[in-house]
Amino acid sequence: MSVKEKKRNPVETATNEQKQVAAGLISVYIMGKRYEVPEGFTIMKAMEYAGYKFIRGCGCRGGTCGACGTVYRKPGDYKIQVALACQKTVEPDMYIAQIPFFPANRASYEFSKLTSAPEEIFKLYPELFRCVACNACSKACPQGIEVMDAISALKRGDISEAARLSFECIQCGLCTSRCFGELAQYHMFQLARRIYGARVLPRAEHLTDMVKAVSEGRYEAILEKLKNTKEDELKKLYQEREMEPVSAGEDWKPKDGKSLWEAR
Amino acid sequence: MSLAYYPGCTLKTRARNLEEPAVASLEALGFELEEISRWNCCGAAYSLAEDDLIHQVAPVRNLIRAKELGKSELVTLCAVCLNTLKRANLLMGEDAEKRNTINSFMDEELDYDGGVKVVHLLEVLRDEIGWETLAQKVKLPLRDLRVAPYYGCTLLRPRDVAIDSEESPVILRKFLESLGAIPVDFPEFARCCGSYQVMSDPDGISEYARTILGSASSHGAEALVLTCPLCDYNLGLGQKQLMKKYSEFRAMPLFYFTQLLALALGLGPEVCHFELNHGAPEALLREKKLLP
Repeated sequence: MSVKEKKRNPVETATNEQKQVAAGLISVYIMGKRYEVPEGFTIMKAMEYAGYKFIRGCGCRGGTCGACGTVYRKPGDYKIQVALACQKTVEPDMYIAQIPFFPANRASYEFSKLTSAPEEIFKLYPELFRCVACNACSKACPQGIEVMDAISALKRGDISEAARLSFECIQCGLCTSRCFGELAQYHMFQLARRIYGARVLPRAEHLTDMVKAVSEGRYEAILEKLKNTKEDELKKLYQEREMEPVSAGEDWKPKDGKSLWEAR
Repeated sequence: MSLAYYPGCTLKTRARNLEEPAVASLEALGFELEEISRWNCCGAAYSLAEDDLIHQVAPVRNLIRAKELGKSELVTLCAVCLNTLKRANLLMGEDAEKRNTINSFMDEELDYDGGVKVVHLLEVLRDEIGWETLAQKVKLPLRDLRVAPYYGCTLLRPRDVAIDSEESPVILRKFLESLGAIPVDFPEFARCCGSYQVMSDPDGISEYARTILGSASSHGAEALVLTCPLCDYNLGLGQKQLMKKYSEFRAMPLFYFTQLLALALGLGPEVCHFELNHGAPEALLREKKLLP
């Protein structure tokens, strides 16, 4: 069926999305212009429905990449609200604007030369101390991170706390767009998490052991055995493999993995 | 008894030798310093501009944290934090219009009306523990240690937030006496250390140190006791510069009051962190048989 025909006969050729239209349309304002969009759509889908095409400001569509930061207001409410366009469903009469990108200062550094001293962050981001604790950043975080608290932690040199508090940051940049002191909080947090991961957290000893075991070739023999197993036998092994019980404790180990543990 | 406690940023980095002996000493005296959660910078200097309310937000938020804990008092150790928090508190208590503006701006927080009392640890020692009780708890009297009590600016000025008379304060003198030390009064007890001038004129800071430390020394002091990390930084840096400039200049040990407290309570050098001090204090303490 040609595109032309599709347009002429919308009911016959309706996709699932278009069928939802029949369920109910609501008004929203995208960049100040009113559109009728299907109820239940995410902001991103609603914008596409209204004719927008995303070549930027759209990534995973799963709420984890941070590309689709949105600000909106509802009628009669002075509060600015924030969301990810791919996650938030439209509500009647919301005023929507996308902030897919906001210019932010990112310091350049050679990570291998950085220590865990707080002064490293102070030097790279001296504007940290322009924070006046207005808390606009926390209010603008679609992840619900206490951004101001994490900045406060950095100011007092507590890199671990800043890393912990900002763990769920997806770098959408909405905090930065609202910041009175022109801080790029999310870049500072990324640096904090890097330093925390590389310089503060203890190394996982079992990982070192395992890498050593692998590089010493202790698994070569059983891998070789597996490679030479017939397909039917492999399928059987897979289907009959031992599963970890739902209620397994932390020290649970598979019985049939014995050879693996022995290889270590 | 548990006291709501506001540490301030510097006490978590450079001035751990101000905080750690305080926490240990209070425990020895039967008090717990309960650090308020989610605190932020106090503002670091009280904003004097009439319409600059945004700079009151940081200190007021900390006061709200104390209120959330259900506390009527918030204890500080740092003189600058004390000053900033106390003045912001006064503003919130006295100026209804500004209070409303600040409260409505912080619409995510509890409303605040200046109800939490901001106190310095020296006031807790004076008013809640008492000098006599403190003297009784002393295990290692700081005998023969001649210490000049240095107040700097922010403990005593302006008058409505001062912890003692700004003309003739006695709180540090009484404190030193309770610990068995010899207080050495000197006229520069409240002279400014140079404060944030150090940012724009790091070399000029030595003149402040020369005046203050020179005066303390000429009145017979062997060490100086202070309450403020900024005073400590400036006098310490100033001393270093003076030693380079004048071969005859001798460094004077600078102590945080909490270090002398912990030492006298017999808590040992482990909690005092003398290694972070300016002016090599350990030699003097050994000479006085206060350190092994």
